[in-house]
Amino acid sequence: MIVVNTGKFSLITIAVGAVVMAFSHWVNVDYLYFASYTILQFIVLATAWNILGGYCGYVNFGSAAFFAMGAYSSVFMHKFFPVPIPVLIVIGALVSGIAGLGMGYLTLRLRGSFFAIATLALAVVLQTLVVNWDFVGGSRGAYIIRPETLELPGGIEINYIEYLFFLMLSLAVFAIITARTIERSQLGFGFATIRDDEMAAEASGVPTLRVKLIATTISGAFMGMAGAPFPYYIGYLQPSSAFGLEYAVNSIAMPMIGGTTSWIGPLVGAILLGSAQQYATVTISSAVNLLIVGLMLVGFVIIAPNGIVGLVQERLRKWRQP
Amino acid sequence: MTALLHVDNISKRFGGFVALDGIDLEVQPGERLGLIGPNGSGKSTLVNCICGTLQNENGSVQFEGQPLDGLAAHQRTHRGLARSFQLPRPFHSMNLVDNLRVPLLYTVHSRLGPLRSAGDLDSRCLELLEMVGLAAKAKQMPRDLTQVEMRKLELARAVGAEPKLLIADESMAGLSHSEIDDILKLLMRLNERGITIIMIEHIMSAVMSFSQRLAVLVSGKKVADGKPEDVVRDPEVVRAYLGQ
Ligand SMILES: Nc1ncnc2c1ncn2[C@@H]1O[C@H](COP(=O)(O)OP(=O)(O)OP(=O)(O)O)[C@@H](O)[C@H]1O
Ligand SMILES: [Mg+2]
Repeated sequence: MIVVNTGKFSLITIAVGAVVMAFSHWVNVDYLYFASYTILQFIVLATAWNILGGYCGYVNFGSAAFFAMGAYSSVFMHKFFPVPIPVLIVIGALVSGIAGLGMGYLTLRLRGSFFAIATLALAVVLQTLVVNWDFVGGSRGAYIIRPETLELPGGIEINYIEYLFFLMLSLAVFAIITARTIERSQLGFGFATIRDDEMAAEASGVPTLRVKLIATTISGAFMGMAGAPFPYYIGYLQPSSAFGLEYAVNSIAMPMIGGTTSWIGPLVGAILLGSAQQYATVTISSAVNLLIVGLMLVGFVIIAPNGIVGLVQERLRKWRQP
Repeated sequence: MTALLHVDNISKRFGGFVALDGIDLEVQPGERLGLIGPNGSGKSTLVNCICGTLQNENGSVQFEGQPLDGLAAHQRTHRGLARSFQLPRPFHSMNLVDNLRVPLLYTVHSRLGPLRSAGDLDSRCLELLEMVGLAAKAKQMPRDLTQVEMRKLELARAVGAEPKLLIADESMAGLSHSEIDDILKLLMRLNERGITIIMIEHIMSAVMSFSQRLAVLVSGKKVADGKPEDVVRDPEVVRAYLGQ
């Protein structure tokens, strides 16, 4: 194993992000920005889901609700007091992070499938609230006119979609660094003990409830951040798109297919599934997306229950000690 | 001298079944107590109530003169109570070293403050593994261990929390004679360092050589408590064991 400390890892990840940004700027095709934005958004969502679902073993079916809370916080602010998108991202993180904490308090005493069902119920309740809240567009939805360009101080103008792409890329980098930092920290060990055995965790001194609440808060906050720029990306936000089934399904499927025990899994899963869906949207139709995800998930559960990362690790181990 | 552990009239039911029925128990600092009783007599349930894994309905538990009632299990561990589980509960996704890192990070570390460097942590984990004879398997996963080795890991993890009171719930079941001697020596060493120990065991020779005092549970009631030689001759204890 190559051991890279957290500082170095952060620098490398930021450098990779910078290279991706430079390359995209050089290619500079709007469609590619649009398509890659979606994949980056899934990297953030999958990484966020994995902090609770993969590290702690609590399956959250309500990812769409946290994503939508970020998106609708932005719609609300857009109508109430417009602020730049980076500020909206912070607001989305706060709203969804607090919602995650609240959900944790209400549901974490439930184990296994009961917790999963409770998170699903939360999504349904929130969607009903938003549908009936006229200020943010209600069931009709809300228009947010996306400017063509963003004007920076000093008179520099940049393509708005490139700007959104840049923001989501930064969030993806931030999410990955956070996930990997947690993995190596005391908190990461605490998360793993919860996944393995909560009773033994308590007996070893792990404050399990507090640790789980930290997980739901961080996980929710990142989902909210992923959702905050979404109204600007899509231009017209409806409850059905913000609360779309694809978010709930993808944020579970991507880590599961990639592998849930480390930060690489959600990244690999999101790139693979995200690209496959983009490709299917262009070549066939967007309706088959969830079918693809479903089939891949079933396939992986059977062939590689520990995801792609697990499969590769297994192979490496066999290869090293024949 | 005030007792280190004071269990006062504890009762625990599972549905209609009374598992513990008004148990009183005192343990003095530095003492070695043997806790015996037939299968299903409530020994593990008592441990669970003392350590906060289960909540007793009646009665109270005091540790160093402080009531523990209402405290979560991890808080009791932080106060200095540690136990091994009768059925080992290792952290399956971590190798042995990391299994032992957990009590160090969450109990010892939080007690002493961030005194230990990463290197200190590693060497302390290895020390604990060496103590129970598992050092050679440091990087292996719990699934690679035998049931007996898992018991040893379980004990090492409890010792890792640096407790004032250690409760070993059948750490010796299935061990060979020489292994039992090793564990006995280990527990004696820990006791010499000032750790109070409650040993739950069915292997009578081990209990008798270890314990300064013996308490006996039968069907959720304490039927005897005193010098080991006297207790094993107590008619009620003899009846409970013969009637089994
Ligand atoms: N969680 C539980 N739910 C229901 N009944 C339980 C539970 N835990 C223990 N019991 C019952 O309580 C009684 C006491 O169990 P306990 O495990 O405390 O016995 P023990 O003295 O430790 O026995 P052993 O020597 O076999 O370990 C048993 O009859 C057991 O079936
Ligand atoms: Mg028992």
